[in-house]
Amino acid sequence: MTLLEHRPVAEANPYEGLRVVKARHPGRWAATAVVAVLLAMVANSLITNPRWEWGVVWAYLGEVSIVEGVWMTIKLTLITAVLGFALGTVLALMRLSQSPLLRAVSWGYTWVFRSVPLILQLLLWYNLAYLYQTLDVGIPFGPSFASFETLSLIDKFGAAILGLGLHQAAYSAEIVRAGILSVDQGQHEAAASLGIPRRRQSTRIVLPQAMRTIVPTAVNEVIGLFKGTSIVYVLALGELFYTVSVIYGRTQRVLPMLVVAAIWYVVLTTVVTVIQFYVERYYARGAVRTLPPTPLQRLRGNLTAGLARVRSTSGQDPVTR
Amino acid sequence: MTAVDARPGRVEVHGVHKSFGAHEVLHGVDLVVEPGSVTVVLGPSGSGKSTLLRSINHLETVDRGYVALDGELVGYRRRGDVLHELKERELLRQRTRFGFVFQSFNLFPHLTALENVVEAPVSAQGRNRREVEAEARELLARVGLADKAGAHPRQLSGGQQQRVAIARALAMKPAVLLFDEPTSALDPELVGEVLSVITDLARTGTTMIVVTHEIGFARQAADRIVFMDEGRIVEQGTPAQVLDDPQHERTKAFLAKVL
Repeated sequence: MTLLEHRPVAEANPYEGLRVVKARHPGRWAATAVVAVLLAMVANSLITNPRWEWGVVWAYLGEVSIVEGVWMTIKLTLITAVLGFALGTVLALMRLSQSPLLRAVSWGYTWVFRSVPLILQLLLWYNLAYLYQTLDVGIPFGPSFASFETLSLIDKFGAAILGLGLHQAAYSAEIVRAGILSVDQGQHEAAASLGIPRRRQSTRIVLPQAMRTIVPTAVNEVIGLFKGTSIVYVLALGELFYTVSVIYGRTQRVLPMLVVAAIWYVVLTTVVTVIQFYVERYYARGAVRTLPPTPLQRLRGNLTAGLARVRSTSGQDPVTR
Repeated sequence: MTAVDARPGRVEVHGVHKSFGAHEVLHGVDLVVEPGSVTVVLGPSGSGKSTLLRSINHLETVDRGYVALDGELVGYRRRGDVLHELKERELLRQRTRFGFVFQSFNLFPHLTALENVVEAPVSAQGRNRREVEAEARELLARVGLADKAGAHPRQLSGGQQQRVAIARALAMKPAVLLFDEPTSALDPELVGEVLSVITDLARTGTTMIVVTHEIGFARQAADRIVFMDEGRIVEQGTPAQVLDDPQHERTKAFLAKVL
């Protein structure tokens, strides 16, 4: 300090020629080393332990029955997600309605379907035929126009869809309701003061804004569903997990088959996560001043920045370095 | 100008009472606003100015009394001595005759400025989108934002947002424009640009009711000033009468504070 103060005033910049030494982080280096060693150990055991039977994993990964199981898992997830969120939205709107009966029914639905374990619900739906042999379409308390055999209407697949979908609706209702509540009251008022029709207020003004809150939680639910569908193995429905368990029951290759299933579940979750990024980006319009870059844009940005850095370094006068 | 027709817009407020819970905010307010006139409502915070304004376009339902626009009851239909509450659909249609500008703008953040302006004429009035878009661009130009049509509200300053909100209200071609403290949420240097847009509008002969704290604006633009205190209209008259020669003690006290 004193040295600097005694320098002649004429010198333009007293800090010129000073060198910056970055702070050192020994703890961070040590932690990094430890984690690197642990990773190496994991990799080593995965590769060298023959009991993982990677050959078997590889052979079954694209096997026809496995792929069919994956397809069934996808079908179950998509249908129940759509059914769950459609019914959930209706339930959320009922819960926010002025009618006490609608509010009570919505609350009661959520209460019952969140309280009863999913596995139990699935078995109940599958055994619906015991309670009602036929399902009729007609006037309440009046004549019936058409009658169906319950068994033919609700097969394994139907029971799985009903069980998963109705269960999902109870959770989705709360997610949608939270989203609607997150929209500023002023938005409802502005829409009302402009005379925008009620339905349009919901679809054009409120729900698009609610989606910003809804999407992250909803994706969580869809990912949960992908894995949650494995529970329908109790109905002996041929989704991924049931298929895998049938195969290892036959071949006794339990661990490699579980790894096959795990790999497929990771793939499915990854796909959903990528979709989530773009959906969230879509609904972020207007909520942020500039949208976050897509991975491609970020890659391109990093490349150009890196190239620029290389160019500027190589072009620099060697004497100053 | 295409957007603001010199349509009549006579507003009558009769004996309006309004309570929130046990607290009565309006104690019987009577007010007549002549078509094409500019009325500025002044008064201390909590005097019921905003509630009165929101009662006029039925954003608040009143407990007693009624509001009429050009002789038509707002929010009700009269059959003999009975008032029937309007269905939501009819109420929404009626609201399109009022333009409302909020203190906090309340633009739709996920829509661009142009989409904000276009939305209601298309969805509430069922007009042709292309036609409305052309008009909306004209309106945005009129409030000085021709180049901001594609911007989202969060990319705009407060003053710009409020000007978009004014364009949005004008797009409905309302008979009456209601302003609820349109500059109170703005930084001081942005107040002027919004007030000058409102002053321009005042000259076009649209009926306007403006709740504000801007005395200078009131003096310049108002045909009539209404002073409210504790849920009642205490005094009203021309700007010269109310601002320069107030008769009531409360008006004097209020003006002494703000002038």
